[in-house]
Amino acid sequence: MADIDQTRRKALQQGASLSLLTLLSAAGWLAPGIAGAETWNKSAFDAHSMDETMKALNGSSPAPSKDVTFVATPDIAENGAVVPISVVSALPKTESIAILIEKNPNMLAAVFDIPQGTDPSITTRVKMAQTSNVYALVKADGKFYVASKEIKVTLGGCGG
Amino acid sequence: MPDPMKIRANQLGDATEVKVLMSHEMETGQRKDSQGKVIPAWFIQHVDVTCAGKTVLSAQWGTAVSKNPFLSFKFKGGQKGDKIVITWTDNRGEKRTDEATIA
Amino acid sequence: MNRSTLAAVAVAGAALFAMATIGAHAQGKDTAAEIEKYRQALADGNPAELWEARGEAMWKEAQGPKKASFEKCDLGVGPGVVKGAYAHLPRYFADTGSVMDLETRLIHCMTTLQGISEADAHKTLFGGPGQRSNIEALAAYVTAQSRGTVIDVSLADPQMKKMYAMGEKIFFYRGGSHDFACATCHGEDNKRIRLQDLPDLTKKAGAQKAYATWPAYRVSQGELRTMQWRLNDCFRQQRFPDLVFGSPASIALTTYLAYNANGAVYDGPALKR
Repeated sequence: MADIDQTRRKALQQGASLSLLTLLSAAGWLAPGIAGAETWNKSAFDAHSMDETMKALNGSSPAPSKDVTFVATPDIAENGAVVPISVVSALPKTESIAILIEKNPNMLAAVFDIPQGTDPSITTRVKMAQTSNVYALVKADGKFYVASKEIKVTLGGCGG
Repeated sequence: MPDPMKIRANQLGDATEVKVLMSHEMETGQRKDSQGKVIPAWFIQHVDVTCAGKTVLSAQWGTAVSKNPFLSFKFKGGQKGDKIVITWTDNRGEKRTDEATIA
Repeated sequence: MNRSTLAAVAVAGAALFAMATIGAHAQGKDTAAEIEKYRQALADGNPAELWEARGEAMWKEAQGPKKASFEKCDLGVGPGVVKGAYAHLPRYFADTGSVMDLETRLIHCMTTLQGISEADAHKTLFGGPGQRSNIEALAAYVTAQSRGTVIDVSLADPQMKKMYAMGEKIFFYRGGSHDFACATCHGEDNKRIRLQDLPDLTKKAGAQKAYATWPAYRVSQGELRTMQWRLNDCFRQQRFPDLVFGSPASIALTTYLAYNANGAVYDGPALKR
């Protein structure tokens, strides 16, 4: 109870209005898995470098790992607006898979939390501003690992 | 009321494969309209997938996920007839929930 | 730089250029393979399905002053019959005494069955930021109902013959500031702009490949685009005047392409870059 009072007091003092959700989340009262229960990690999504992103994800420099692979992910994208990415982690106790794009304005594109029972493999589509390294960042057993792949982005046709 | 998602959930052996297509602009906040005004960022921030009430995937997204997002993954423990429920929430606080039955 | 150094640089440059050309050619095959891989990866989960769903809802929804749905709309194979209809368009319609393509026919149904004014029906032709298109959603639904049907456009009617001839003429007509014709890019085999292979639309194989995959979700547009849009955009890229939506010229060109594509199995709505 004291924690939530402190949070509320701080919020009132700062004149900020914390949403009920944020308060409850801070007090650990919301079960994970409810949409919006976790506050969106703004600092992670605003980060411009791997270091900044790792700091926001509460992790240290990820170790390169051959157990994290890009599967059926083409080397060339005809258009940077839609680039298909498939990541598979063979690391035991994989907790999350994140996709980062080096040359995007903000590196972090998405983070997927993998509960027990779910395959540590994700397929999705991301936007790439230009040809760039794409990183698959995996958190397994509390530690971070990374694999990278260069994907070329082309301009098609008459320039559009 | 946001457009419905297209969800396909198929049982392949002991794994359920989920493929979902969502209808969302996923506006980055970096584009300008014809008047030169910045089109504000509008994008899905949270995605949650449950099967028979248990979370099988949750995600946080940024503006770099493509417009009309596509997501595919697999999980174990589901079976034909179980209900998959997917909810997304965007930065405007808009939400959309759709469900599908595992085939 | 003295003359011998210049010569050395020139030789080195030429060698590099030659290598780059050979390299580029070899890379050309790999590049094409990788791009095919890209297209395959996107094939599953085509956002066009979202337009198809919207279009189906629109088809069935009572709209306009007459509060009518499209369920009595005759696309040429009977009132309300959607299955296979696109594979036979454009066609001559006796009730209007003219050749119409899918999009002009949809507008016709909006104005006659639903009582929507011509102006209103033309308000949201192409989707974009902050604008949803009526035609694009309806077209996605209707064309999806022709997926798997063999394209069979008939020129039996004299009006159709006229349209085809006009379409062919326009196709080869050079004009605009750059002296382009459709044929400039699409009149020969093995042409390419950057990494985009250009189909030869005068030949069956090229026409079939192209025509059977429109409408399509254009990734670069983030929208589902139809033939009317495609032709309009071609005109824009050729620095031609604006191709008016539903104009006889646009229908003529579609007739030319559709007839050339006869025999192809329709495979839309597709997905393109």
